[in-house]
Amino acid sequence: MANWHRLANPTLFLEWSRRVRPWTGVATAALLATGVYLSLFVAPRDYQQGDAVRIMFVHVPSAWMALFAYAVMAVASAAGLIWKSPLAHLTAKAAAPIGASFTLLALATGALWGQPMWGTWWVWDARLTSVLILFFLYLGYIALWQAIDDHARAAKSAAILALVGVVNIPIIKFSVDWWNTLHQPASVLRMDGPSIHSSLLTPLLVMGAAFAGYFVVVLSIRLEREVLARQVRTLRRVQSRG
Amino acid sequence: MESVSEFLEMGGYAPFVWPAFAIAAAVLTLLLAWSLRDLRRERNLLDSLPGRRSETRPAEAGDDP
Amino acid sequence: MTRRRRRLYFIVSSLTMLGVATALALNAFRENLVFFHSPSEIAEKGIPAERRFRLGGIVEENSVAQGNDGVTISFRVTDTAASVPVRHRGLLPDLFREGQGVVADGSLDKDGTFIATEILAKHDETYMPPEVAAALKKAGRWQGE
Repeated sequence: MANWHRLANPTLFLEWSRRVRPWTGVATAALLATGVYLSLFVAPRDYQQGDAVRIMFVHVPSAWMALFAYAVMAVASAAGLIWKSPLAHLTAKAAAPIGASFTLLALATGALWGQPMWGTWWVWDARLTSVLILFFLYLGYIALWQAIDDHARAAKSAAILALVGVVNIPIIKFSVDWWNTLHQPASVLRMDGPSIHSSLLTPLLVMGAAFAGYFVVVLSIRLEREVLARQVRTLRRVQSRG
Repeated sequence: MESVSEFLEMGGYAPFVWPAFAIAAAVLTLLLAWSLRDLRRERNLLDSLPGRRSETRPAEAGDDP
Repeated sequence: MTRRRRRLYFIVSSLTMLGVATALALNAFRENLVFFHSPSEIAEKGIPAERRFRLGGIVEENSVAQGNDGVTISFRVTDTAASVPVRHRGLLPDLFREGQGVVADGSLDKDGTFIATEILAKHDETYMPPEVAAALKKAGRWQGE
């Protein structure tokens, strides 16, 4: 494993991550404060939804990050399997609880938005159901790491589960176009440009950037912890051998 | 700028808007706190082990993933 | 809890999780992929009376009427090609209005009127402040219904 790329070297990663984290943290806090201010005080009411539209500013970024975290987890899992890189496997492991949290947030804030607007907390349409499946995929992935004691085997099994679950990602994204759903189609990431007025789009994008920053900060914290835990395991094994 | 009570009412959607923001704040804060706590524990554990390797030393072959 | 018990517990729980996820997926693929049927589909397929399904479309302009009892409401759901009369007793979501999307759960009666037991509003993907909507309408550049 002497041919690791420099950043794939856990020790160099630790140094880099500790240097970058404070700056990312400060930027995230600033973006979050700006985003919340814009969402609650500056953004206008929607012509149909009134003030309820403000739920969008937490709901939509949560849903974006739920998908993004899964993409990170899947790419890291693939890298881990292909190059047998421990750091890649640990990246996937560190991303999972963050993704699960964002998925939970998307579901909870979606229910709070659906009740006043649609008239229901929950429906079993293709979009909502596929996001619920994403949540269970995250939980299954986390449980799999816990279930297998042998670290190398746990990493491999969890990575395979993460890659199998990738089929769910395009299903979530395109469910609203492929099938009749109660959930409306995409407003921002669409071929003919966003269908949100800029006064509502700007707060949404700032909150999106803040959530992305939060993901990077928490991922680096969790990944540092995983790297240290790995050093502890190695040390203990060396000591038990005498 | 409208009055404070009007702002808090959120045009009648207060029971939905405020819980949505509160849940987001709670989940993100808890996850951050939980991650920091785990990191601190792992650091303390590593420091307490005898024969701890220097962190500047590169990882060696045979390290488990 | 011993290590073995813990491992067993986690394997069982992760298998349950996967099982639930698969069951949900299969269930969604069987019937919920199509969350609702449009008025045109209903005209084509000839769904028998009393069979429960969901009807989705746009609430036709100037079709909403309040019944004499004050709680029954009737309107027509259209997809511009075909339309179905709907009757409903009960609550309506905030976004229920003429020209907006709606999904009704219920069944057709013998006369071909859809008796709804639940009404859900389906909003579109357009968001803007009221002033912009008013300006667009005034300028004749309104894209909506």
